Amino acid sequence: MGWMSALLLIEQVLNGLQSGIMLFLMAAGLTLIFGVMGLINLAHGSLYMIGAFAAAAVAGATGSFVLALAASLVAAAAAGAVIEVAVIRRLYDRDHLDQVLATFALILILSEGTRWVFGSFPLYLDVPAALAGPVTLPGGIQYPAYRLLIIVVGLLVAAGLFLLIARTRIGIQIRAGESDREMIAALGVDISRLYTLVFALGAALAGLAGALVGAIQSVQVGMGEPVLILAFVVIVIGGIGSIKGALVGALLVGLTDTLGGVLLPLALSGVMEASAATSVGSALASMSIYILMAIVLIFRPTGLYGTA
Amino acid sequence: MMRRETILNLLVFLALPAVALAALALDEPFTITLATRAAILALAAVGLNLALGLGGLVSLGHAVFFGLGGYAMGILASHAQSYAPLDLGLFVIDGTKSMPVIWLVAISVSALAALLIGLLALRTTGVYFIMITLAFGQMFYYFTISWPAYGGEDGLSIYVRNSFPGLNTLDPVQFFGLVFALLALVLWIMGRIERSAFGLALGTARQNATRVETVGLSPFKLRLVAFVISGAVTGLAGALFADLNRFVSPTMFSWQMSGEFIVFIVLGGIGRLFGPVVGACLFVLLEHLLSGVSEFWLIYLGAILLFVVLFARGGVIGALVGQGGRHE
Amino acid sequence: MTFKQLMAATCVAALGTAAQADGVKVGMITTLSGGGAGLGIDVRDGFLLATKGNDDIELVIEDDQRKPDIAVQLADKMIQSEKVDVMTGIIWSNLAMAVVPAATAQGKFYLSPNAGPSALAGKGCHENYFNVSWQNDAFSEAAGTALSGEAGKVFLMAPNYPAGQDIMAGFKRTYQGEIAAEVYTKLGQTDYAAEIAQMRASDADQIYFFLPGGMGISFMKQYAGSGVDKPVSGPAFSFDQGILGAIGDAAVGAKNTAHWSKDLDVPGNADFVAAFEAEFGRLPSIYAAQGYDTGLLLASAAAKADVNDADAFRAALKEADFQSVRGKFSFAANNHPVQDIYMREVVKEGDLVTNRIVGTAATDHSDPYGADCKL
Repeated sequence: MGWMSALLLIEQVLNGLQSGIMLFLMAAGLTLIFGVMGLINLAHGSLYMIGAFAAAAVAGATGSFVLALAASLVAAAAAGAVIEVAVIRRLYDRDHLDQVLATFALILILSEGTRWVFGSFPLYLDVPAALAGPVTLPGGIQYPAYRLLIIVVGLLVAAGLFLLIARTRIGIQIRAGESDREMIAALGVDISRLYTLVFALGAALAGLAGALVGAIQSVQVGMGEPVLILAFVVIVIGGIGSIKGALVGALLVGLTDTLGGVLLPLALSGVMEASAATSVGSALASMSIYILMAIVLIFRPTGLYGTA
Repeated sequence: MMRRETILNLLVFLALPAVALAALALDEPFTITLATRAAILALAAVGLNLALGLGGLVSLGHAVFFGLGGYAMGILASHAQSYAPLDLGLFVIDGTKSMPVIWLVAISVSALAALLIGLLALRTTGVYFIMITLAFGQMFYYFTISWPAYGGEDGLSIYVRNSFPGLNTLDPVQFFGLVFALLALVLWIMGRIERSAFGLALGTARQNATRVETVGLSPFKLRLVAFVISGAVTGLAGALFADLNRFVSPTMFSWQMSGEFIVFIVLGGIGRLFGPVVGACLFVLLEHLLSGVSEFWLIYLGAILLFVVLFARGGVIGALVGQGGRHE
Repeated sequence: MTFKQLMAATCVAALGTAAQADGVKVGMITTLSGGGAGLGIDVRDGFLLATKGNDDIELVIEDDQRKPDIAVQLADKMIQSEKVDVMTGIIWSNLAMAVVPAATAQGKFYLSPNAGPSALAGKGCHENYFNVSWQNDAFSEAAGTALSGEAGKVFLMAPNYPAGQDIMAGFKRTYQGEIAAEVYTKLGQTDYAAEIAQMRASDADQIYFFLPGGMGISFMKQYAGSGVDKPVSGPAFSFDQGILGAIGDAAVGAKNTAHWSKDLDVPGNADFVAAFEAEFGRLPSIYAAQGYDTGLLLASAAAKADVNDADAFRAALKEADFQSVRGKFSFAANNHPVQDIYMREVVKEGDLVTNRIVGTAATDHSDPYGADCKL
């Protein structure tokens, strides 16, 4: 392998990590909500979409990217709190089936509601001018500055979450809630307020992810569902409820997805003709993360860091 | 005296052919098509209901079997259409346009797939089971989209509906009759299974797995058998669905399809033999009526669904007969 | 007039014609909800504008949600229950493949306002199927011709599905030069960092890609931030008015091929653009132009022949006796368009990102599949 292709490989690994970090932002909220309240929330992707739309609307009105990010946090957290109070809290005692269905219904309502408010055409949201170009990394790799920002924000959020759970009062309550709900109620913690707070926190993370990612992708209705499925793959691989698992799972999925798309067609071109290798390789690559998930679950039925 | 639920079941069940016959009298063939669609979707959900309602296995991947049934029909019929034999590597077979043969293939292929998926997926439980079945669904979905041989994302069109001895399947009401007869047959079989020793053991395994283990039965094997039968029935429905539309495409494998099957079951009333039938009929009716009301009709559909899940836990049947789910 | 008033007017017009025996009943199945709704809404609005106040045309509109089985079901409804004479509206090739063969086999006319799968242009062509938009390969064939000799080595990218492979095949069919690489991505993919890295590393001089809708928006934004400065081009689908607003400055300078542009100087086009903007408060896209032309074509045939006389109506359609907003327009033997295809460039007019014609990519272009069509 030449120097150029080694550099390319390093860049692709970086891309995989970065896509993993983006997924982590989404998956962290999902796994937190599941860990504390035992709730499968399919509408998490809609909160991601709400964050992106709020950011696009505010960026369009003010021109400020920082305000747009703040708007995404506020809008998604507020939407999350409202949804929790109106719908979700009725689902904690239900089985997973009811949760899947009710939140599936929420997807329909939130997606079409967003289309009703914002119309059917994609919205404009761009990266801030200061981060618009690439930066040169050691070794001469050109890498988009904005993607480095995503990596930094993602790592900060990860660190913040670990600190929040390990060091703060809320974190203690959250951990207590994960292991024994009756106990924290007995300790005099207002459990319904705690749940609303955790749900809003998870929603805010999804909203932030939507805004950050929306700037380099398409802000449109339905943008939440593909990433929702990926986020589920992530938390299932990592073990549901585990923040650490979400981080490891996200990086694994990001790397598999990115490197699979690049390396599989390349690997197959050794054994078959070029066009067939491209087409079979991309077909396999699009299945690769699901294959990864199936393999993990076959050997560890509760994910890498999950407890039965 | 007949139970209120039995009377309701009979009424709903007979409503389907009644609607079809009324539509025939009024020369509204499209209404017959809608009734056929409802009956086929009901059949798919009846299949899932064995795993989900009785076995407690929330599969978010039953679209795999629906799609396999559809592609069994599509592939066999397209080879018959082009007179090109189908080369399976080990042996070569001719395509066919005969429904019974297609059904048999659809059932066998889906059962085989359910066996393999079940062997792997049933090692997990709860949310992990939901997600691993979803993952298998996504694998098939992406594979069919990017596999060019049978149309990829474009899917496969079959120009003329396949044939059944003695019937003109192109006539909407005759095709409906065929579908309805199959639905009735499968419901009868499912009713027998539920009351059989196997069905009782499966239901017990859902509530308390240790209890079946103590009598020397393996919950894993019980669930696997249920999953295979369940997949086979949904596969049969897939073949019929493809024949109704004279078309198959990867959307039959989509996770939304799997989600809709679950919706039918819960809408009608989970754990009830006729729940999926009621749910599928209601869903098709809602889809048909609401889409005319507003461009944003999915909001209404979502609201109705949400209401049923939150406030009408026994589904429509539960609300009408005034009792909770039968297995509760 | 607002959209609601327009709908009301159309409905009144429809009621007025219901009693007339010579009216044409049209069933439009298009995508009005979900992620791809923008295209369907543009086609619908263009069609409504062209047929506004036309008493000959009665219109029924249904939403296919971009699902083939729903489209098939709606087609059954249109044919069996509404008893329409003509169908139109479908946006996506896979939905067209599901609906068109069955509709034409049952004696209905189908006018395609978008999507032209190769199967329906060649062996699967039908006397009642008229494509008023393009065969899927058309824009990329024209681009291949136009870029030959000046683009050098080209890096090709498209989603891994039939339309993506068709469009790349169209480019390769006409491009006289070297293909540096050919990459197929996952349908619906949103992150293109890996592909952009491959572009940077490759020795290609130019990127040619087809990524419709949100995929194109994502790619263009990410490409602009990557610092890779190879020129990009593609068929118009990734650079059209409906999505340019969402890409913004990142698209400026990109070349794309289309049969229409809002600045195209042909009779009637400026009026169409102005009327569309006045009616709907946004600029028309190529989809709106195609919907508009479909409406005009239908109106021209309805004015000449009774739809119950299928042969006369078919002949009237085939004449294509209407002033297309694309300028020249006629049907080849396989009922697919013969039309000019232009090279457009994305430019900024004040704050507005839009397209401008910079040259002609192909004159009197028709598709290569017609040779297999026995019409």
